[in-house]
Amino acid sequence: MSYIKLLGEIFLLMGSFSLFIAALGLIRMPDVYNRVQTGTKASTLGAIMSFIGIGLVAVDHWDETNWVGRVIVLIVFILLTNPVSSHVLMRAAYAMKIPLSKVTSVDKLKEDIEHKVLEEPIDE
Amino acid sequence: MNNIIIYIALFFLMLTLLAGIYRFIKGPSLVDRVVAFDSMTITSLVVIGVIALLSNRAIYFDVAVVYGLLSFLGVIIVAKYIQGGL
Repeated sequence: MSYIKLLGEIFLLMGSFSLFIAALGLIRMPDVYNRVQTGTKASTLGAIMSFIGIGLVAVDHWDETNWVGRVIVLIVFILLTNPVSSHVLMRAAYAMKIPLSKVTSVDKLKEDIEHKVLEEPIDE
Repeated sequence: MNNIIIYIALFFLMLTLLAGIYRFIKGPSLVDRVVAFDSMTITSLVVIGVIALLSNRAIYFDVAVVYGLLSFLGVIIVAKYIQGGL
């Protein structure tokens, strides 16, 4: 049983390190869009790995209260809601007309709006 | 020291919260602040889980679920307000 606890602690450490790398990218990235992308994708991975680690550490006291079921509910919840909020934030930033960074060379959404494939993302 | 790896993980989580606070204060636009707030919320969900593990109480996970739901609703509403539909 001690090996499972050690495995869970290693998972928790790797997840928290991934969250730290996500926050480091949140500081160092040059643009709003890059910050949204790196701050949401790596955060999702780090949170899921951390909760897997917590569930593996807490597998000792399975009998008292249902730890692992709640951990699975939290993982499914994060996996459903985090990409949706990232997508909505990116769309709002494009509708606000925040300029892209100087390194960016491809803007597919602008081409689609010019060729009338998509409608304008602004509602007004 | 029984569980020293969990405390090292808590150290990394605190560094993550500090970086989120830096971006929340300095960010030039509104979307930067919302993204920093979202990242800090995910990190504090993990912190609540670790505290529930250390203090051996499973009732704190319900607090984490409700907190994540409220944060998701807040981000959606702020994005809708920025886009001009609210």
